[in-house]
Amino acid sequence: MPSTPSSTEPRSAHPGFSVASGYAPAPPLADPGTALLEVRGLRVEFPTRRGVLTALDDVSFSIARGETLGVVGESGAGKSLTGAAIIGLLEPPGRIAAGEILLEGRRIDQLPLEAMRRVRGKEIAAIFQDPLTSLNPLFSVGRQLSDTIQTHLPLSSAQARARAIELLARTGIPAPEVRIDHFPHQFSGGMRQRVVIALALAAEPKLIVADEPTTALDVSIQAQIITLLKSLARASGTAIMLITHDMGVIAETADRVAVMYAGRIAEIGPVDATIHRPRHPYTQGLMASIPSVRETRQRLAQIDGAMPRLNAIPPGCAFHPRCTRRAPQCERERPELQRLGNTSAACWRAEEVG
Amino acid sequence: MNASPAKGTRLVEARAISKTFDVSEPFLNRLLEGKPRLHLRAVDAVSFAISQGETFALVGESGCGKSTVARLLVGLYACTAGEVWFDGAPLAPVDSTDATPQRQVRHRIQMIFQDPYASLNPRWTVGRIIAEPIRVHRLKREETAIGARVGHLLDQVGLAAADAERYPHQFSGGQRQRISIARALASEPDFLVCDEPTSALDVSVQAQVLNLMKDLQADQGLTYLFISHNLAVVRHVSDRVGVMYLGRLVEVGSKRELFETPLHPYTRMLLDAIPDLERTGRARTPVAGEVPNPLAPPTGCAFHPRCPLADARCKAERPLLEARAGESRQVACFAAHDARATT
Repeated sequence: MPSTPSSTEPRSAHPGFSVASGYAPAPPLADPGTALLEVRGLRVEFPTRRGVLTALDDVSFSIARGETLGVVGESGAGKSLTGAAIIGLLEPPGRIAAGEILLEGRRIDQLPLEAMRRVRGKEIAAIFQDPLTSLNPLFSVGRQLSDTIQTHLPLSSAQARARAIELLARTGIPAPEVRIDHFPHQFSGGMRQRVVIALALAAEPKLIVADEPTTALDVSIQAQIITLLKSLARASGTAIMLITHDMGVIAETADRVAVMYAGRIAEIGPVDATIHRPRHPYTQGLMASIPSVRETRQRLAQIDGAMPRLNAIPPGCAFHPRCTRRAPQCERERPELQRLGNTSAACWRAEEVG
Repeated sequence: MNASPAKGTRLVEARAISKTFDVSEPFLNRLLEGKPRLHLRAVDAVSFAISQGETFALVGESGCGKSTVARLLVGLYACTAGEVWFDGAPLAPVDSTDATPQRQVRHRIQMIFQDPYASLNPRWTVGRIIAEPIRVHRLKREETAIGARVGHLLDQVGLAAADAERYPHQFSGGQRQRISIARALASEPDFLVCDEPTSALDVSVQAQVLNLMKDLQADQGLTYLFISHNLAVVRHVSDRVGVMYLGRLVEVGSKRELFETPLHPYTRMLLDAIPDLERTGRARTPVAGEVPNPLAPPTGCAFHPRCPLADARCKAERPLLEARAGESRQVACFAAHDARATT
C-alpha cells in the first residue's frame, strides 16, 4: 500500500469544542483520548402532517480508532438511520433535532453540504446492502473508482487508474487489470460487493459505515466478504460501524455491539459479554430467539408482540409492554443506559437480570 | 382434515424431476447473430420422498434450484422430465385440460411464499384473501359457514376474527406471514410447501412464525417441504434435509446425520460458513470461489472447482446420489464414498 498523499482539502479541526451539557449518564466510551467518532444525545425527527415522529432519541456511543462496533436491532429500530445521520445522508424531511456527532473531536453534523461531501468518502465511507444499486450501471467500475479517488486525492488519471487496479486486487478480484473496464452488471453479487468495498477504501477513510453489507449475499459469499472486511480494516486501522440484523455476523466481526430498540440503545458492551451475558431483557429475548446450527432446540423462545411504531412508542421503557420482567416503574420512567461491569443497559431491573 | 394417510407413509415423492428453462435470445437475434439456443437446467433429475407428518428441508444457495423444486411440486411449473407422486398417484400435468381430478388433489397441496408483502393482494380484505381457496375448491357454500371458517383460521394463526375486515397493509410482516399461513390452511391441505417463509422477517418474529408452524404441524399432522438458505432455521424445523447444488441433490440425510457428520464437502462448507454466536472473533478461512454459471456447469461433479478434495475422477465423471453402505443417508461424492472424506 503506497502511503496516501495528504488531502487537498484543508482540515478545519475544531480543537476547542465544548461538551454539550445537559445529558447526564455517561455512555460507555472508548477511551476518550482515542475515540474516533462520538455520537452524543443524537435525536432524529421526521416532521409529518400528523406531528413530529422521533425516530432516534438520545443515542450516544463512540467508536475508537480501528474498532469494529456492531449495531443490531430489528427493522425499524433505528440502526440504519443512525448510520445515515453519521454519514450525513438523512433523507429529508428527516433531520437531526438534537445532539452532536464528532469525528476526531470535530463536529460534522452541522457541516455545509459541500464540506460534508468532502468528509464523506475521504474520512467516512459507506457500504450499503445492495451492491447493484450502490454502483452506477452506466459507468465501468474503473471509472467509478477513479472518480472517487480523484475527488479525494490529488492524483493524475493514470495514477488513479493504477490505484483503482490495486484496490480491486486488494479486495480479491481476480484479473483486476481486465475487470477494471467491466461494468457492474458483468460482476456477480459477491464480486460487486467487493467493488463497493474497494470504492469505500479508495480514499483510505478512518471509518466505514457498513449497512447490512452481506445481507443480500449467500452464506459462502457472506463469509468471504466478512473475512475481507475484517482483514482490510485490520491492515489499514480503519474503524467499522457494522449495521446488521444478523447477530452471528456481529459475533464474529465486532469488538463491541450496540443493541437498538425503538430508536434507542438498549444495551451496549463488548461483544462476548453482550451475547453470552445479556443484561437487557430485550437482548436476552433476541439471543434466545435465534435458532442455532450447533444444537437442536425443541422450541424457540419468542418475544410476544412486535416493536412499537414510531407514533405509538409507549411511555417509560419502550420495551415494557413485551417485557416479562416489567415493574410499575418501567411503565412510567424511561431508563437511561447504566453501567454494569463492562456493559451498559437501559433497564431498571438490569442488575437483577443475567 | 380429510382422510389423511397414516403417519409415516410416503405422501410426496419426486421421481427424477427435471426442469429446463429456455433462455435463448429471441428468434430474430438467433437468426441474425447466429446465436445458439440456450437451455438452463434449473433442476436436474432430483428424487426424494417425504413421509406423512414429516418436515423435509431443502437447503442451498441462490440459484441452486430449490425454489424451482418447490414450484414443480405445487404445480406452478410443469416438469420437463420425471413425475411428482402425491398420496400414491402421479400428479396430472399442470396443463392437463381435465381439471376435475386436479382439483381433488391440488387443494391438499398449498404453498407459503417468502415475501408476505408481495403474496397478498393489497386491494382485498384479509377475509376475502383467506376465503378464496375455500370458494375455489368449493369446500363450503354458505357465506356464514365461510365466514366462520375464516374466523377460525385467523384464530388458529394467532390473529383475531375481526382482522378479516382489514387490509394487508394494516399488518406487520410477521402478521402478514400469519395471514399467508391461514390462507394456505384454508383448503385443508395435507402438504405445505414453504419457500423461505421467514427470510423476510426479523429474528424475534421469525421465532414466532416457526413456533406457530411447529404447533400447526403437531395439531394437524401437516407435512412440510421447507425451503431455506438458513441452516440454523433448517436445523430447528426439519426432520430430514436435502442439500442442493447447481440443480442437483448432493446429500440427503436425517437432520442429525447431516448436521453432526456432514459428508459432502459442499455441506461441510455451508455449515462452516455460518457465522456463529458461540465463536466470537473467530478467524475463518472461507471457501474460495462462487457458484458456477448454470448455463455452463463444470464437467464431472459440479462442485469440483471449489472442492478441496477434488481429483481427476471428480473432474471427468459425475457422482450419483447413492446411499453409503449400511446408511440411509445418500451422498453424491466420490470422496465420501471412497472414505477420503471421513475425517
